[in-house]
Amino acid sequence: MVLGNYRKIVSARSTIPEVLKKSQDGGIVSTIFIYGLENRLLDGVIVSDNGGNFYTIPKVATTPEEVLEAAGTKYSISPNISVLKKAAREYGCEKIGVVGTPCQIRATRKLIKYPVGFRHIADKIALLIGIFCMENFPYEGLKIIVEELCGVKMDDVVKLDIGKGKFWVYTRWGETKAIKLKETHAFESSACHICTDYTAELADISTGSVGSPDGWSTVIIRTEKGEEIFNKMVEEGYFKIKPIEEVKPGLGLVEKLAKTKKDKNSKEIEHRKVLGII
Amino acid sequence: MKVVHLQLSSCCGCLISLTDTYEKLLEILNKIELVYCQTLIDVREIKECDVALVEGAVCLEDEHSIELLKEVREKAKLVVALGACASFGGITRFCKGNQPPKPVHTSFVPISKVIKVDLSIPGCPPSPEQIVNIIEAVIKGDTEYLEPFIRLSENTETCGCEIIKVVNTSRCMGCGTCSASCPTRAITMVDGKPVVNTSICIKCGVCSVQCPRIEFPKILEKLEG
Ligand SMILES: Cc1cc2nc3c(=O)[nH]c(=O)nc-3n(C[C@H](O)[C@H](O)[C@H](O)COP(=O)(O)OP(=O)(O)OC[C@H]3O[C@@H](n4cnc5c(N)ncnc54)[C@H](O)[C@@H]3O)c2cc1C
Ligand code: SF4
Ligand code: SF4
Ligand code: SF4
Repeated sequence: MVLGNYRKIVSARSTIPEVLKKSQDGGIVSTIFIYGLENRLLDGVIVSDNGGNFYTIPKVATTPEEVLEAAGTKYSISPNISVLKKAAREYGCEKIGVVGTPCQIRATRKLIKYPVGFRHIADKIALLIGIFCMENFPYEGLKIIVEELCGVKMDDVVKLDIGKGKFWVYTRWGETKAIKLKETHAFESSACHICTDYTAELADISTGSVGSPDGWSTVIIRTEKGEEIFNKMVEEGYFKIKPIEEVKPGLGLVEKLAKTKKDKNSKEIEHRKVLGII
Repeated sequence: MKVVHLQLSSCCGCLISLTDTYEKLLEILNKIELVYCQTLIDVREIKECDVALVEGAVCLEDEHSIELLKEVREKAKLVVALGACASFGGITRFCKGNQPPKPVHTSFVPISKVIKVDLSIPGCPPSPEQIVNIIEAVIKGDTEYLEPFIRLSENTETCGCEIIKVVNTSRCMGCGTCSASCPTRAITMVDGKPVVNTSICIKCGVCSVQCPRIEFPKILEKLEG
């Protein structure tokens, strides 16, 4: 199964205007975290803050305001799991939510099952939200893409996005620049090329833009825990949802991209085995 | 299941970690029979047992320790190196002698240098949950779960440099798990990659056992719940 195990898949969009103003896509991640914090299902969430110029800073957010500040995608590596212990020890959180790329969700599942260096942490991880991910960029790579290839100063960027085969840069002057995604490949983190997980197959809930119309997100609900919180939120009106079969471009595209990633990167893994660096 | 706990050159932190499992400890103690443990029970003689948990490095200048260790190997079906010192030497690797009361004791090595070890558990100390998981897996005979620890029993050397190798072979995707796991905070994430301050690394083996890019056991692919 190219999308991993799941219970159901829908297309969804937040109903919170403040979230939609800042979120990357349908605001799924921030809305779940805000709902979790407000209803005490979570008491701290690990997110990636924009430290200025889209430089990532992993952060423990304990209020809806802090969740909002960190909304939106930063296309560079954000070591979210590095602050996990801090969430429990320094912030005293006992019900921690984590958002992460598929690789970070895998790392978290490993430390839950094998908590060798994580005393009294595993039982405090309450929810794992995975975001779809084809590749990531080291910060200097991102900077070259934005500043040199797109000709925009990092200082002026308000949003970055990948979609429809292009890398998009939105400026604070209201301009939009886009280049073909192909041109950005040279700046991808090479550790991403041995990654075969596109949809965060081990998360409780996974989400990404692909498959759904602009402003909406594709949401893959994988575990009982994930289903419980998502259903409650739909009932209480936090999300509008549509059957995935009824939206365009639909699940087929997600499956296609997931398979492309698996095929391409499995080949790379074999290649690196020959080189002797795996 | 009869269990022996033997302490060699160590701080007792690993045993304390086991007792730090609160009510779980009682559950565990109900499932096992502790037949030898210098700290907790007054028994002088090492008995035949199913599992021996050995904590601490072995000092090669200390004949008595070596004898005890060999005796444990003979009497135990399964020998577990519990924690960094027993598994890799840990902080005892930095000993240079001249310490009271045994100033000549200098050479502290992992127990696998002296006897065959079946499982090695990294950590300074290993977390209570990890020790419990391992004891439960041993009781159930869940070798699949134990696989990473079986493999580690062949390692006698580890340190934060293992993490540098992950970066150096383009495998590190920057999750930050190694950094969070390090008990001495020797690993800082800089621009999405770990930087290891090897001068405060105590060779506990936690960062590398935690890294999903060094090993990602197959059992994790099965999503539970
Ligand atoms: C490197 C990268 C590549 C991606 N590639 C794809 C793709 O190929 N296809 C696709 O459909 N979606 C992809 N996404 C996901 C997409 O961009 C959105 O993040 C996702 O749809 C969630 O949007 P949202 O509106 O629900 O979340 P929001 O409410 O905007 O929240 C997003 C959350 O993600 C966190 N976050 C932001 N950047 C990072 C980061 N670098 N690392 C970890 N956490 C971060 C934020 O702190 C925030 O909490 C990618 C994301 C990243 C970070
Ligand atoms: S492509 Fe894989 S390794 Fe790279 S950031 Fe995305 S999930 Fe992580
Ligand atoms: S745990 Fe491994 S992959 Fe994650 S940051 Fe450390 S070295 Fe990199
Ligand atoms: S860097 Fe830290 S976690 Fe890794 S072996 Fe050294 S002390 Fe242990």
